[in-house]
Amino acid sequence: MLSPEKGIGKWIEDRLPVFSIARHSLIDYPTPRNLNYWWNFGSLAGITLVIMIVTGIVLAMQYTPHVDMAFNSVERIMRDVNYGWLLRYLHMNGGTMFFIVVYIHIFRGLYYGSYKAPREILWWLGIVILLLMMATAFMGYVLPWGQMSFWGTTVITNMFSAVPLVGEDIVTWLWGGFTVGNATLNRFFSLHYLLPFVIVGVVLMHIWALHTVKSNNPLGIDMKGPQDSIPFHPYYTVKDNFGLGVFFFVYLTIVFFFPNFFGEPDNYIPANPMATPPHIVPEWYFLPFYAILRAVPDKLGGVIAMFASILILFVLPWLDRARVRSARFRPIYKQFFWLFLVDCFVLGWVGANPPEGMFVTIGQVATIYYFAHFLILLPLLGMFEKTRPLPESIAASVTSAAVTSSKG
Amino acid sequence: MKMHRFLFVAAFAAAMAAGLLFGNFGSAKASGDLAFEHQEWTFNGIFGRFDRAALRRGHQVYQEVCSSCHGLSLVAYRNLMDIDFSEEEAKEIAAENEVEDGPNNEGEMFTRPAKLSDRFVAPFPNEQAARYSNNGAYPPDLSLMVKARKGGADYLYGVLTGYEDEAPEGVEMMDGMYFNHSFPGHQIAMPQPIYEDSVEYEDGTPATVAQMSKDVTTFLAWTAEPELEERKSLGIKVLIFVLLLTALLYAVKRRIWSKLH
Repeated sequence: MLSPEKGIGKWIEDRLPVFSIARHSLIDYPTPRNLNYWWNFGSLAGITLVIMIVTGIVLAMQYTPHVDMAFNSVERIMRDVNYGWLLRYLHMNGGTMFFIVVYIHIFRGLYYGSYKAPREILWWLGIVILLLMMATAFMGYVLPWGQMSFWGTTVITNMFSAVPLVGEDIVTWLWGGFTVGNATLNRFFSLHYLLPFVIVGVVLMHIWALHTVKSNNPLGIDMKGPQDSIPFHPYYTVKDNFGLGVFFFVYLTIVFFFPNFFGEPDNYIPANPMATPPHIVPEWYFLPFYAILRAVPDKLGGVIAMFASILILFVLPWLDRARVRSARFRPIYKQFFWLFLVDCFVLGWVGANPPEGMFVTIGQVATIYYFAHFLILLPLLGMFEKTRPLPESIAASVTSAAVTSSKG
Repeated sequence: MKMHRFLFVAAFAAAMAAGLLFGNFGSAKASGDLAFEHQEWTFNGIFGRFDRAALRRGHQVYQEVCSSCHGLSLVAYRNLMDIDFSEEEAKEIAAENEVEDGPNNEGEMFTRPAKLSDRFVAPFPNEQAARYSNNGAYPPDLSLMVKARKGGADYLYGVLTGYEDEAPEGVEMMDGMYFNHSFPGHQIAMPQPIYEDSVEYEDGTPATVAQMSKDVTTFLAWTAEPELEERKSLGIKVLIFVLLLTALLYAVKRRIWSKLH
């Protein structure tokens, strides 16, 4: 079907080669034969994005972006719109799943060195997607106009007042007024609707870059010939579909049985500028960054540290000088990878707690370790780590592994 | 292959654990040292349902006790028909309240008995009036109360049954506040609302404080999550379908990949 020789298919193909492009990138696309299940999370992220856009468009048909009506319009969706509760819970928890999937995808890249040459631009585009996702998620959380929506917005937008000289002006400009109000809600709704389509654009570039440099793999060595690769279809289409089934099982379990697990009860209280909630906490996926923000005693310093914690990923390909990509062949890096992961969990835990007592110290130590991982450990490892010998080829490694496992 | 499968499961488990960890730490701190216990609720669990008799009794408690101060602004009288009130009963309950409507053809506002399509009529016209009548405190709307507090139904039940005649020694009570061991800060502006035999149940159930608290909490759990029964029963069907589909996909995957080895 995708190589039309005659008729209307050929007529179209001659004018716009959609069929050959689809065949080239979805069917024949040569993929390393040894990808493990950690490589499922890229396609899962893409599908989650589609789910978010579809449910979001339908929700927007019923939602009213006005400070006096937003909260009740969401409740109307929950109560009076047919399957409105399902749409909203899919969207709400879809955000959570999106971040789980993308964080796993990123840590997979960190473990197997997927950011190293020639995949630097592919990696950059991924970070841009993460930043866009964070902005989109933050603005989406504002829309129900509950207490956490309102106070979260107030806290986060106030961060910009730390900018020297023009800080206050920037905040007023962001708010569209002198407080978080209707203008703020309206612009956040507008941008929350826009940014996902920008994400789609960057995702297409991400895939374009991927198909140019081809997938990395658990061994971190290049494909050297046809014996190392298999066509994307049917091998990875079916594997991705199985992964999608597992993903849906987890996602829908949350949607149907624990829909408010990741939420804050305070957001079911309508926004009230006169009453501050006792603890203002962001959504769970921001907690590690929130911890970094609060770890620095200086306001501007905290904001800089928080942004730096993500922006540092842009220069990661040059901070990590090791020639070997995969942590499988880097015994010391492998241990520091797990330490770094633990550090991120610790930051998340600190971020969920009020900045008092031991949490202040733990947060500061974890923040210093976060940056030391990139700025000190990785450059040193590049110089001193003794890596293990790499296999000759993917095919050779797969065959010897098969022999070993049949023996064992 | 075994190893890969294990890693895959581990990945999801780790991700879920991360969420649980953050989620729980987030919720643990706000409930602090509050003393409320877990109760058995018929609407908990994957097969959860609202006990219809408890809903009916709970509605009666709301009407006769809570509704003089607390609104239920997100619930319409027609919604009562979703929990097996007959149309006649729902109409009757609605008609006991007056709502302002209009303007009529002469441009005048007028009052009329509430209809099925009206939301539960609020006890006060505005927040100021509510505060004026309640010693400065504002009785919150109860529609979403069970969803809007850490601990949910257990918390609400805890507050309703958590009053103590006298504050423990050493606790300085503020003016017009009542001691409640389940309320954050232990000082609550609402006097104990439910006493033995505050209502006389139509179905003859003895109206103890525990019984009435449980019933009205069940009713308010329904007003907070009216979709709960539909959600859970649909959820079971959907998950069974996804499970079968995933098993099938796994079999297909094994079969296709076996060509490679």
